[in-house]
Amino acid sequence: MKNKSLVSISDYTRDEILRILELAAFYEANPKQPELREKVIASLFFEPSTRTRLSFETAINRLGARVIGFTDSSSSSTTKGETLKDTIKMVSNYADLIVMRHPLEGSARYASEQSRVPIINAGDGANQHPTQTLLDLYSIQKTQGTLENLTVFMVGDLKYGRTVHSLLMALSHFNPVFYFVAPKELEMPCEYKAFLRERGIEFYEQKEMNNLEQADILYMTRVQKERFSDPMEYERVKNAYVLRNAMLDKTKENLKVLHPLPRVNEIHTDVDSSEKAYYFQQAENGVYTRMAIISAIMGLK
Amino acid sequence: MSKQKQLQVSAIENGTVIDHIPAESLFDVINILGLDQITNLITFGTNLDSDKLGKKAIIKVEGKFFEDNEINKISLVAPHVKLNIIRDYEVVEKRDVEIPDEVVGIVKCFNPKCITNNEVIKTHFKVMDKTDLALKCHYCEKNTTRDELKMM
Repeated sequence: MKNKSLVSISDYTRDEILRILELAAFYEANPKQPELREKVIASLFFEPSTRTRLSFETAINRLGARVIGFTDSSSSSTTKGETLKDTIKMVSNYADLIVMRHPLEGSARYASEQSRVPIINAGDGANQHPTQTLLDLYSIQKTQGTLENLTVFMVGDLKYGRTVHSLLMALSHFNPVFYFVAPKELEMPCEYKAFLRERGIEFYEQKEMNNLEQADILYMTRVQKERFSDPMEYERVKNAYVLRNAMLDKTKENLKVLHPLPRVNEIHTDVDSSEKAYYFQQAENGVYTRMAIISAIMGLK
Repeated sequence: MSKQKQLQVSAIENGTVIDHIPAESLFDVINILGLDQITNLITFGTNLDSDKLGKKAIIKVEGKFFEDNEINKISLVAPHVKLNIIRDYEVVEKRDVEIPDEVVGIVKCFNPKCITNNEVIKTHFKVMDKTDLALKCHYCEKNTTRDELKMM
């Protein structure tokens, strides 16, 4: 992993994923580790993302490194027409590592080919967001004690949601059972179902939020209005994918509800007080996971 | 019968005949092989009757023998092409084209939000499915299929 970019979750093997989770646990137990005191890390956000940026910058600060960069492209030379290639070539002369968020898909792979230093993809359009996937895995492992043989429900926008696609790929190393809960318009794409069939991984598709008593993990996502070609259809389905506290009554003790955030209304606020709600701790886990990723790439541990 | 049709485009002495090109793909084939850039003698015919394709096109290039990796590029637009290698007016070898494992350049990624459609970058695909044709973009990781296929 040392000096290797992290662009897509498929860049990491099963063992490398487990290594990151082990390191994340170390940083959670020992969060103040100024091991990167001499280092400069660039944080290039070509589109704003407050949550991801603050999480990364917290991780960088906890490791003692300095941050340079910009928080949206209006304050970068992109507005003067500079190409991504030139920006990356220039910044990779200054920094030891680049964290990049960009609205175009494939930009992170391209940047990793142009850069002299490793790139961490903090989201490239609707394509990949591997650090989110790793923090999801860390949250799952931490709450379940294992990643193996879990039953995972994915609910909401399974068509466009990049977090569910990457999580599905990553969990495929650990013999899961999946339940996909989505309206017809937002079903899990065929290519992912074909991928699961090839690997002999069990999955079920359903239109409604039932069978929840099977679940170890309930992974909720946002159903966005703009994804529907027919606004009537959105009105018809939007309430079918809202989780309420009462629905958790008969679920397993160990069940945890995860959500990549920000949520809109798909998790009712009455769930927040449940022991099974885990989405805010999940966000906190992001800092330790990102410390682990940076540390592994910089070759600290 | 077929002999007569062949002669609708005059014979060459040494070189390559590319036969059974779907008529609508003729200019794509010319572009992909860069035939508009070379100085060899080239003759071609199009909208010729064909039992298999309805209307077909044929290209004859004098003095040119293609490398496999060069000629295989045209399999994306003309998968059933037959190559006849000609020496001294005789067909000395017949060959098919094969869809390659990787496609570099040539094809545009269909995803408008792909970085390759927004900055000057050579496209790069892995061929995931050779029968139905699915090209996975090395950058945005989306598949481009036969219906979405556009040449650069």
